[in-house]
Amino acid sequence: MKKHTISILVENKFGALNRIVGLFSARGYNIDSISVGTSEDDSVARVTIVSKGDDDVIEQIIKQLNKLIDVTKVVDLTYDSFVERELVLVKVAANRNSRPELMQISEIFRSKIIDISQRSITIEATGSEQKVDAMIKMLEPFGIKEIARTGRVALKREFEGEV
Amino acid sequence: MSTNDLTGSEIFVKSLIEENVEYIFGYPGGAVIGVYDAMHDMSHIRHILTRHEQGAVHAAEGYAKATGKVGVVLVTSGPGATNTVTGIADAYMDSVPLVVFTGQVATHLIGNDAFQEADIIGITRSITKHNFLVKDVKQLAWTIKAAFHIASTGRPGPVVVDMPKDVMASNAPFLYPKEVKLRGYHPFYFGHMGQINKAVEIINSSRKPVLYVGGGVVTSNASTELFNLAKKLNAPVAMTLMGLGAFPGNDDLSMGMLGMHGTWYSNVAVDQCDCLVAIGARFDDRVTGNPNMFSPNSKKVHIDIDPSAISKNVKVDVPIVGDVRHVLERLTPLVNALDTKEWLEQIAEWKTEHPLRYENGDEIRAQYVIEKINELTKGSAVVTADVGQNQMWTAQFYRFMNPRSNITSGGLGTMGFSFPAAIGAAFGVKDRPVFSVNGDGGIQMNIQEMATAAANKLPLKIVILNNGYLGMVRQWQDLFYKKRYSHVTLGNNPDFVKLAEAFGGVGFATDKTDEVVPILKEAMKIHDKPVVMDFHTIQEDNVYPMIPSGGTVAQILDYPKSVKELKMAKAHPETVK
Repeated sequence: MKKHTISILVENKFGALNRIVGLFSARGYNIDSISVGTSEDDSVARVTIVSKGDDDVIEQIIKQLNKLIDVTKVVDLTYDSFVERELVLVKVAANRNSRPELMQISEIFRSKIIDISQRSITIEATGSEQKVDAMIKMLEPFGIKEIARTGRVALKREFEGEV
Repeated sequence: MSTNDLTGSEIFVKSLIEENVEYIFGYPGGAVIGVYDAMHDMSHIRHILTRHEQGAVHAAEGYAKATGKVGVVLVTSGPGATNTVTGIADAYMDSVPLVVFTGQVATHLIGNDAFQEADIIGITRSITKHNFLVKDVKQLAWTIKAAFHIASTGRPGPVVVDMPKDVMASNAPFLYPKEVKLRGYHPFYFGHMGQINKAVEIINSSRKPVLYVGGGVVTSNASTELFNLAKKLNAPVAMTLMGLGAFPGNDDLSMGMLGMHGTWYSNVAVDQCDCLVAIGARFDDRVTGNPNMFSPNSKKVHIDIDPSAISKNVKVDVPIVGDVRHVLERLTPLVNALDTKEWLEQIAEWKTEHPLRYENGDEIRAQYVIEKINELTKGSAVVTADVGQNQMWTAQFYRFMNPRSNITSGGLGTMGFSFPAAIGAAFGVKDRPVFSVNGDGGIQMNIQEMATAAANKLPLKIVILNNGYLGMVRQWQDLFYKKRYSHVTLGNNPDFVKLAEAFGGVGFATDKTDEVVPILKEAMKIHDKPVVMDFHTIQEDNVYPMIPSGGTVAQILDYPKSVKELKMAKAHPETVK
């Protein structure tokens, strides 16, 4: 089963997100991640959902999403070239000895340290899911206290040459 | 506020007049008391007071199915709203255009667990085509327009409009929009010409076609177009439960219903055909049985207005998204008259070998009752069937001649649907008798509506096929659970004759076959009150043919004592051992 990144434009109003999430639960589709925010148009929100399913299921998901009156556009980015990012905040246990190494790791992943205390530091990183996963893996031995991930956001790539 | 402003309640009434609403089926309560006040003097619209909100929704469904117009319901908040849920779900499954107005507590109380508060928008989200909470009286007229637009266009369905009490009491100028634009809603009516041409190719090369016809043909008023196509192709027609009536039941090309309790020959024909044209049907599991084995030898064309119905259950070769009537109008001129002589002869032979049948005797058979109603009304009555054995026997033995005369709960399978639906249908249809067929179980689920029928002097013919059992469940227990009849006996049924009389109707009862027709004739002479006919049928009768759930044509149980094995071997040599 392939992971699909589905980008949805929906009327930015009361209950609209609920309709999308409700559709997934009512029909037994799974959601790997979901992120929501306003789009370029204030009256429209962009929802990015990552979902796993075979082609038939994904086809149904897209058709069912299109049936929602509040949904104005649905695009399965999976078959297009697209850019995707996820943001993560990781709070890691840190002390005098481990702090330099943590800062090095943070730098390698081009992330930022946004909070620091005697016993922990919090790292902010953005990137593809794989990059975020890799960084978390590197941080695990130090003792991860908390993680907050936004889920994937994505846009279709416009540049058509080699990247 | 200008002096020309109206209250929300007044805007509500004026908007419904703009929508040419004839009837509101409803039940008042605290949250809509202001709305009911505005309705006190209205003359253009009749309010029908049911005795339960569920009855109101089913009545609105019956009205909508019989007339093709939008059914309108008005109830109060909380329990009033939650009592509509079954009817709304029913309308959603069967694509019935409804607008259900629910009262709601005042906006400042929403979320406070206020008296008679329920989150009906949240509750009905997955069973409506769309729903609205009106937060501002200035949005009310637009919302009502949008609700009617959404309910009645594309694949129709129910829309809920939730109206908080304070919104309905505030004022706004009344401007009813001519049209509404919804940027996320563009139903697609005209089938793609390229797809239609592909379908024509498949159809024209067929020698053994079957038209598999569903409720979409009725919804899109395409019976004439279907008739023309079938006649041009000389193609036999198999109808789903919802499709019955779309094609004349007594026509030689009609094979009646297909599916679990469909005719033997329609199922075998679908199994053996080389081209299956699905028209406004959705390959429901009660039709297909095992979807992987459904009509295995055919090229499939599927016409449906709902893109999500395409390839949901069964993969098809040529999908055509569009309104059935529009598509048939374009398709029919392009197809050839097919040479189906051999195919039709084969089907005629099957019809003689495996007809729908039963053995008549002194004790009443339910099949006989339906057959006699069919004869007396010449297939032109409006018949609402409930759910279960009574529904299947009605589908098998009533030969519907016209669209919008077969009214039943197909998708959701709601017991208690038939009787209130008949009430709604009777308001919509004045020139034909309305029969409500019920089991002794289902009739008791909305029996309170006897008061509604009597109060409105509706000449409903209420047939109870009384076998003292929840018959379809008993049948399954008989066939698949070793006859362990677990809680299916209705041991303490009321005296339905007295009950009819207590409500102000007329009642007849009999357990003798030769009294059935005289009672039916007597009932049809009554024109000013509901008549209950309590027919005590034989108790343990099963509906046949039957394809067990998830099964295939090879597993058809035909009427017992037939020579089915022999015939089956002929029809389906590879699967009969």
